[in-house]
Amino acid sequence: MSAWRRLRVKLRSVPGFLVSIRPTQRHTSPYGRLTLCRSLSTGSHLRNEFFKDLEAQLAAFRKKAADALPGSSWSPLQINPNLPPERADIVIVGGGVVGWSIAYWLKQKEMVRGGVRVVVVEKDPTYSQASTVLSAGGIRQQFSLLENIHLSLASADFMRNINEHLGVLNEDPVDLQFNQSGYLFLANEEVAHIMEENYSTQRYAGAKVSLLSPTQLKQKFPWVNTDGVVLASYGLENEGWFDPWTLLNAFRRKAISMGVIQCYGEVTDFKCTTNVLRTSSGDTVDLKRIGSVKVQMPNSLEYQPVECAIVVNAAGAFSGKLTEMLGIGSGPKDSIAGIPLPVEPRKRYVYVVHCPDGPGLDTPFLIDYSGVYFRREGLGGNYIAGVSPEEAEEPDTSNLEVDHQFFEERVWPGLAHRVPAFEKLKVTSAWAGFYDYNTFDQNGIIGIHPLINNMYLATGFSGHGLQHSPAVGRAVAELILDGNFKTIDLSNFSFRRILTQEPMLEKNIV
Amino acid sequence: MMNSLHRCCQRSALLLHVARRRWSSSSASPPPLHTRLLLFLTQRFYDVEMLLSWRSQLTRNQLQKKNVYYGYTQRFYGLDIASAYFILSLKGGFRFAGQSEWFYADQKGKFSWDFLNHKDTPLEEVDMSYTVINYRGLCNLVLDLIHLSSESQRSLRTLKLRGCPEVDDWFLARLHVFQDSLEELDISHCPRITTGGLAALRNLKGLKRLDVSSLPGISSPGLVIILLEEMLPQCQITATGYDYNLNEAEGEEEEEHMQRQR
Repeated sequence: MSAWRRLRVKLRSVPGFLVSIRPTQRHTSPYGRLTLCRSLSTGSHLRNEFFKDLEAQLAAFRKKAADALPGSSWSPLQINPNLPPERADIVIVGGGVVGWSIAYWLKQKEMVRGGVRVVVVEKDPTYSQASTVLSAGGIRQQFSLLENIHLSLASADFMRNINEHLGVLNEDPVDLQFNQSGYLFLANEEVAHIMEENYSTQRYAGAKVSLLSPTQLKQKFPWVNTDGVVLASYGLENEGWFDPWTLLNAFRRKAISMGVIQCYGEVTDFKCTTNVLRTSSGDTVDLKRIGSVKVQMPNSLEYQPVECAIVVNAAGAFSGKLTEMLGIGSGPKDSIAGIPLPVEPRKRYVYVVHCPDGPGLDTPFLIDYSGVYFRREGLGGNYIAGVSPEEAEEPDTSNLEVDHQFFEERVWPGLAHRVPAFEKLKVTSAWAGFYDYNTFDQNGIIGIHPLINNMYLATGFSGHGLQHSPAVGRAVAELILDGNFKTIDLSNFSFRRILTQEPMLEKNIV
Repeated sequence: MMNSLHRCCQRSALLLHVARRRWSSSSASPPPLHTRLLLFLTQRFYDVEMLLSWRSQLTRNQLQKKNVYYGYTQRFYGLDIASAYFILSLKGGFRFAGQSEWFYADQKGKFSWDFLNHKDTPLEEVDMSYTVINYRGLCNLVLDLIHLSSESQRSLRTLKLRGCPEVDDWFLARLHVFQDSLEELDISHCPRITTGGLAALRNLKGLKRLDVSSLPGISSPGLVIILLEEMLPQCQITATGYDYNLNEAEGEEEEEHMQRQR
């Protein structure tokens, strides 16, 4: 009798709703626990199994029937959904903060909905080696080049109104966790004059910076050892540090909501058409135009050639490799084709230290004239410290392993000298990241390459990519859609300076 | 049409997967019915999405219009009268230096024009509690020319910003222009201020009284208040309205209670 009752219950559940029925429910003991019901007849056990299978089979049959009948979108030829589209207008190689900023601004500036089809290709979905997420996340206006100061000011403006720009309807507002703590540069006698010149340039450009004498410095920050310090430059506003992952995701979320297509894959090849021109002296110049980009799927042999009109190289530390694929740098030595893109990865270490008696809430991002820097991280007495290594001792860039000996030899003495409280500290963690280091003059390269008609470069920022990313994204979008820079004139950062060998060096004190 | 709707759903599903934080960051309970209905419609129809984005754009524009730079007033009447007019039009209040009476605007926004009699008297105390002042509006209290050093209200001593919904960290960072004169600052009940913004108060070394009560944005209030006291040693900090109890203690009590019941 009980078996029939159970069968009726099962038949009622057949029309599509999977109701979990416990056939042993009526065997509850008074102590509230279910005792296992062992039925004494094997026949009813086999019948239960049959009816359970029947339910699953009927559900599968219904699904197959629905798929096979006309009106469904099932097809026996399964297309990999992760492939990029076959045709796109603009392909941005590199899914870091600069790449996604360019994608956002391109969509922001298009005049009609769906005006440009933008695809962002990123080779690592985990962002394990990307410079964006491994960065210390600081933003400052204390540069010596006017363009850099304007880029930082524009980016700070953007971050101030970030919800106006990157707020998506019905989603959480963006919280960058911006610490308004300012940067503090310390100068000794030799470089104090550079600092004063930079100060007047910064004030002229509109940055809020103040100069401090050693006594004022000691008064403001009693934990600093002012030994050897002649002048200090302190940022009052729009300077500090923030969370780079949040900024990246905010750009990504907004860009995707506006229709940018995200693709995880690696660009392995380009298909170009070449125009061979002859100069008056008889040499040939190859003018290339990229026709399509070959995107290889991660961990697979599948690839998709994406036909595109414009390619943006925002690959950061790996931009040099990308241009090598196009033959830049492999021409004869004294021709334009023989000059490679001077961007290469450089490894930098960042150490997290814990010091219970260290400086408090007002700790700025302190950068000493010896190159040692540190900033506060959180509220628990943790700090992030590091130093830029000399040219001779540049670490190996094949991996992201951390050298702890480097901390003992180069970072700790400088820290302990500048802040006596740091003599008693403990290294809790460390990581390494790549700078997209511009070996020519350590400033960004923005513009079209002379030999490749439709490749825009936005790379080589040498550690300042994150803080300039909103403004650089807008500049590149203006270049592509308006033809020229409209808000900040970055023509001094074009590739031309590398051809004419005129470096735009930052006159920094470090 | 079905294709575009399908793509819209796909895109919104993708959107929901990209860096989605939990909905309940600010509100613990699920949103009310009309909000949920609007969210449902927004994810399926471009028109609804466009209308809602227009609405939010409109509120933002109205806010910016209220906080606009009173350039003409400054040019014809001077910085002090312009600041006074701005404060009154935002329904705040102020007191001139050397005077003892406060000028306020009432609920409907009406105010008397007597303040025009006091030309060239700087403002000493400003009360902008519960107004919609934001970073842009602050430029009316600060005269900021690029080539000269910033001339601000040199004698501004008290600034009350209690319960202002638009005062955030960047606003606090701008207050460095008052670093010589400001003695009392009240930023309690402002929902947008976080710990990073409180670090910006490092410049106000002359501050004597600071009120940071009931700030919903700071995560560990006890620690932050201690660090603030270390940062501003001459300042008296009022920080009420925080629950300093350890939440774990309550959880443990409940577990013990359940175990005893079994």
